[in-house]
Amino acid sequence: MSTSPTTPAVHQLPEEHYLNSTYGLRSWLLTTDHKRIALLYLASVTFFFFIGGIFATMIRIHLLTPNGYLVTPETYNKLFTMHGVAMIFFFLIPSIPAVLGNFLVPLMIGAKDLAFPKINLLSWYIYLVGGCFVLYSFATGGLDTGWTFYTPLSSVYSNSAVTPAVIGIFINGFSSILTGLNFVVTIHTMRAPGMTWFRLPLFVWAQYATSIIFILGTPVIAITLLLVGLERMFHLGFFNPALGGDPILFQHLFWFYSHPAVYIMILPAMGVISEIIPTFTRKPIFGYTFIAASSIAIAVIGFFVWAHHMFLTGESTYAALAFSLLSYLVAIPSAVKVFNWTSTLYRGSISYDTPLLYSLGFIGLFLIGGLTGLFLACLGLDIHIHDTYFVVAHFHYIMVGGAVMGYVGGLHFWWPKITGKLYPEFLARMAAVILFVGFNLTFFPQFILGYLGMPRRYHNYPPEFQVLNVMSTAGASILALGYLLPMLYLTWSMRYGKVAGPNPWPATGLEWRTPSPPPTENFDVTPVVDWEAYDFKNRPDLGLTQPSGPALSPAHGDD
Amino acid sequence: MSEHIVSPKIYLGIFAALMILTATTVYAATVDLNEHFPGLNVIVALVIATCKAILVILFFMHAYYSSKRTKLIIFSGFFWLAIMLALTLSDYGSRTWDLH
Repeated sequence: MSTSPTTPAVHQLPEEHYLNSTYGLRSWLLTTDHKRIALLYLASVTFFFFIGGIFATMIRIHLLTPNGYLVTPETYNKLFTMHGVAMIFFFLIPSIPAVLGNFLVPLMIGAKDLAFPKINLLSWYIYLVGGCFVLYSFATGGLDTGWTFYTPLSSVYSNSAVTPAVIGIFINGFSSILTGLNFVVTIHTMRAPGMTWFRLPLFVWAQYATSIIFILGTPVIAITLLLVGLERMFHLGFFNPALGGDPILFQHLFWFYSHPAVYIMILPAMGVISEIIPTFTRKPIFGYTFIAASSIAIAVIGFFVWAHHMFLTGESTYAALAFSLLSYLVAIPSAVKVFNWTSTLYRGSISYDTPLLYSLGFIGLFLIGGLTGLFLACLGLDIHIHDTYFVVAHFHYIMVGGAVMGYVGGLHFWWPKITGKLYPEFLARMAAVILFVGFNLTFFPQFILGYLGMPRRYHNYPPEFQVLNVMSTAGASILALGYLLPMLYLTWSMRYGKVAGPNPWPATGLEWRTPSPPPTENFDVTPVVDWEAYDFKNRPDLGLTQPSGPALSPAHGDD
Repeated sequence: MSEHIVSPKIYLGIFAALMILTATTVYAATVDLNEHFPGLNVIVALVIATCKAILVILFFMHAYYSSKRTKLIIFSGFFWLAIMLALTLSDYGSRTWDLH
């Protein structure tokens, strides 16, 4: 446990920082400061997280009983569709890159801002416009196609508000592309003197890999959904067999982006974990180069596996064989990361602060999510569990257990930097444990349900599945508490939290060498980097008494 | 990075080449090439269109005068398009194979 070796230093907030340098609504809505834009994104994605969360709550309440009395079957279809659309396109994909990435990438590489600050602001407005279209679609009856928009249901038969939703997602895609472009150019051209590629924090490597997917993948989904809209509105034959189109072509185009999109969600979370683990073990990360390379490998291999979503939808058996094999390959760089994180923990001077609890949770949940992905990549087994709750549990272990744990863990880790304040540590640890327990209670029963044959997207089920469904709904209530708690105490800490000081953990990154909250220009003087990444030994400025061993402890001494 | 100034002569030359290729496309569409080889009409049209796109990218979009890094980024885009097309066609091309 963390105890302060000496009397904790009393810190004061800097007189002027990015939060108080200018005031007024206009100073926020027209800001080009990457840190303020990150906070604008934080508010926006939190809003969509709430919207998606409300739909999820209704789904779980409906599934408490086998016949589901809460909503009609048609409404149920709309609930899971709108849950997926809000969570995937408007929360999970932008969450870490647009919030933490926007805030941290320039700080971590020693730059004053992103390469294109105005384009950065533009990306937020584009996100908002896309979001408004999707909200309009929800408010005018919702849509019932599933977040996957499979044709010809979405392009011909569905009589719900599909068109505004696909327009919204099309528009939102440009926000992702611009963010990715901004990161790539910034990382290539704006690194501080001495910040070589292999001194970059692994979070930056992860953002770089994610940006590649943003740039190369997003245009495909944008155009594909536009084609759905055109087929729906003007009856042009792209995917409708009656008009000469091919529905399987839609699936190819959709998954070409939407499978790599999973890596858009998980790669930045992996970057967060790679920052947190060395900090709370007081050790350089094990296998830096391999972790950096595995991020790029995941981004690239992730583009070769998409048709494993289509094993049972009419794809050729030979193509399925190839995609099954390719899907197994993704496990290799993913395993490289997990083994390196656990090796870093080995013989580390571990302090179980909140961010580390989230990281440990991430490793366990990602492991289960990743390994069950291999089950699904297996052609024979997939016949049995395709389109069942096994799939639902698998991707929630990756997207929620992995990506959201990483995001919330990252928010806790950098919260002192973002706001200059510390949150109540005990409450935060409680929330991390509650979230972990709630998550597993919600989704582990779904593995069993799926294996027993309960199909996904059905509004009712045989009575023998009720116990597991009740467990899942009970877990969802605990999970909701686990999300609400951080929202409350993090908000509380902005006003009442203890002042954090520039480097409360302490951590080695450049972002911790500037005051908390940072000034608008990030650094008073352009930093010169003359140390390797995660080097605790040669950093007397961190205030650690020894390079290793149990006496090392963080300086904040909050507990 | 200083911007490369392209002379109007080159722009006009590329414009002329694009016009000629457009006329060729129109003419090729009126000739029945499929009787020599099935699908040849489409192949010819696509080859001409590709040539036009390359001219536009190289000269109008200044890729010809850009750094190697920019060329690499442009190449990556096309490489990814090739991945998408090749693996998608691997599905369509192998559907007719027998499973014996």
